[in-house]
Amino acid sequence: MRRFFLVVLMVSAALMFAAEVTEVRIGAGWEMTGPIAGFGQMSWDGVKLAMKLRPTVNIGGKDVPVKVILLDNKGDKAEAANVARRLIDMEKVVAILGPCTSSCALAAGAIAEQKQVPLVTNTATNPLVTQNRRFIFRACFVDTLQGELLAKFAWEEFKSRKVAIFVDVAQDYVVGLANYFKRAFAKFGGKFFEVYYNTGDQDFSAQLTYALAQNPDTIFLPGYYAEIALICKQARELGFTGNFLAGDGADAPELIQIGGKFVEGLCYTTYFHQDADLSPKTKPFVEAYVKEYNRRPDAFGALAFDAYNLVLDAIERAQSLDPVAIRDALAATKDFAGVAGMISFPPDSGDPVKPAVIIEIKGGKPELKTVVRP
Amino acid sequence: MRLSDFVQHLINAFSLGGIYALIAIGYTMVYGILRLINFAHGDIFTYGIYFAFYGVTLFMFPWWLSFITAIFFTAFLGALIERIAYRPLRNAPRISALITAIGVSFFLQNFATVVFGGRAKSFNPQTGMYPVYFLKILKLGDVRIRLVTLITLSIVAVSLLVLVWIVYKSKVGMAMRAISKDIPTTRLMGVNADRIISYTFMIGSSLAAIGGILWAMTYPQVYPYTGMVPGLKAFISAVVGGIGSIPGAMLGGFILGVSEIMIVALFPSIAGYRDAIAYVILIFVLLVRPTGILGVEVSEKV
Repeated sequence: MRRFFLVVLMVSAALMFAAEVTEVRIGAGWEMTGPIAGFGQMSWDGVKLAMKLRPTVNIGGKDVPVKVILLDNKGDKAEAANVARRLIDMEKVVAILGPCTSSCALAAGAIAEQKQVPLVTNTATNPLVTQNRRFIFRACFVDTLQGELLAKFAWEEFKSRKVAIFVDVAQDYVVGLANYFKRAFAKFGGKFFEVYYNTGDQDFSAQLTYALAQNPDTIFLPGYYAEIALICKQARELGFTGNFLAGDGADAPELIQIGGKFVEGLCYTTYFHQDADLSPKTKPFVEAYVKEYNRRPDAFGALAFDAYNLVLDAIERAQSLDPVAIRDALAATKDFAGVAGMISFPPDSGDPVKPAVIIEIKGGKPELKTVVRP
Repeated sequence: MRLSDFVQHLINAFSLGGIYALIAIGYTMVYGILRLINFAHGDIFTYGIYFAFYGVTLFMFPWWLSFITAIFFTAFLGALIERIAYRPLRNAPRISALITAIGVSFFLQNFATVVFGGRAKSFNPQTGMYPVYFLKILKLGDVRIRLVTLITLSIVAVSLLVLVWIVYKSKVGMAMRAISKDIPTTRLMGVNADRIISYTFMIGSSLAAIGGILWAMTYPQVYPYTGMVPGLKAFISAVVGGIGSIPGAMLGGFILGVSEIMIVALFPSIAGYRDAIAYVILIFVLLVRPTGILGVEVSEKV
């Protein structure tokens, strides 16, 4: 009799466990519409490919299908926080992917941290995103590093001595990157001055007329692609002949579509280029991506691909769907081979140390210029 | 500031103000006749650009044909919106029509997101949208003028003349002015008020489409929210100039363009907050002269 009860208990426990893990729910909140919709859509394309290549996660010797719930944060900070709250409270997700801009990642990260659900952003580079947070991780490098690399590149390659910096006052990423650039560029002995605008502005003629009156040799654009393309166009129309330099916010096909011949020669840092040899996984990823979408992969998709696999990897190592256990497994990630480079999280930090690639717009195409390793 | 920089700022200001003026004229016309603030005007502007974009990319029209069809389609869209959303509310309280206008605006934005996608489309001569010589830059010493700016300014001037002629000299214009005073009485005089109101919407919307195409030539992209900020600025221009007055809307557009550019030029450190400048001007005008600069005080009959 006692044995019978034990069997019943064990069977029901097994059934309960099986009922519990019929699917793994992962949330995704990206900038699918709004002025930076290109970033979100490229990221989502990366995740869709990752889901196709790895649709299940192995828990307790059983392959459990993964379901990714995507919500649109419209590139808006308040909306990004709402999305994170909805994913955790209503969709009961065990981890969140995205957002890809720093302002949105800061807002969404505050909610994820408070509710103790791990969040992996693919491309939010501002240091504040992960600072003093246990549950927030990123698949990309940090702006402190990016700012230094850009300043070095401007000083050595462009031989820049006087730089006009266009700062978008509404974006944490832009303000941060401009500051890290300034700090490093001042060390070289370069001169610079700042000009301000706001996300969504389309007319920069007044700022440019003011900036060009001071004869800069380089315009540094730490903002996002839509404004960068418009600033380049209007700067050339006002007779600027110097260099353009930008950060990873420039990396979208719209930059060239909108900017046309005006962005020719623009150089920017980013995380990934299909010709850069970043990890043994890069080549297979490029092949799979081209086969799936019939175009070359972009950095946002590549890092979103990495973020998805990072989370699945952590779930498998944790062998659990408890968000806190997943967080611990994520924090212990060592030598994870992502398609955009190896990822290891240092103790008490969600920031991997990774190489950056520098891209130049040449003949209407983003061409690999060089890979910079820290 | 050097003289050439100052002149350059002035030209930038007229380039921006010209487009504000063009959209504001459409805004103010509808208000002048129906006393309705058509908040969807900025979104009709967006659709004008989309129509021009798809005329070239989807239907392979030459640029001039796609511009003309875009203007026609936008005019038709304006009349359609009036027919579906505003006409049933003709006798409802004014606030209902205002709320409907906001609803129409949201609908148009989200419909565009679903149908055309959230990503920006480029409006460039490289994609065949218009010939490269529209991008020509004229040089006068150190000062540079875009050809598009000159085109914009001449279109503003021509539209103003044509509109003033329509409103003050033509039969339709007479009917428009009559409707703006009193719709039921106008009907008794044998005027088909609904048709005249449709005409008004068509004229206003085609001005929005022209403004949109010129805007996209200067700022070469289109996405579902392109028209939001220009629409808002045009609304402010119309109020500043005196809502309901066509020359007032034009004046308001230029005032807004010049003050935005000049404030950024003189105080570069507050350039990030230039949208706030438009609101400050709006509040100032509403406090000092609520009817706007060229507006006339209308006394309500009791």
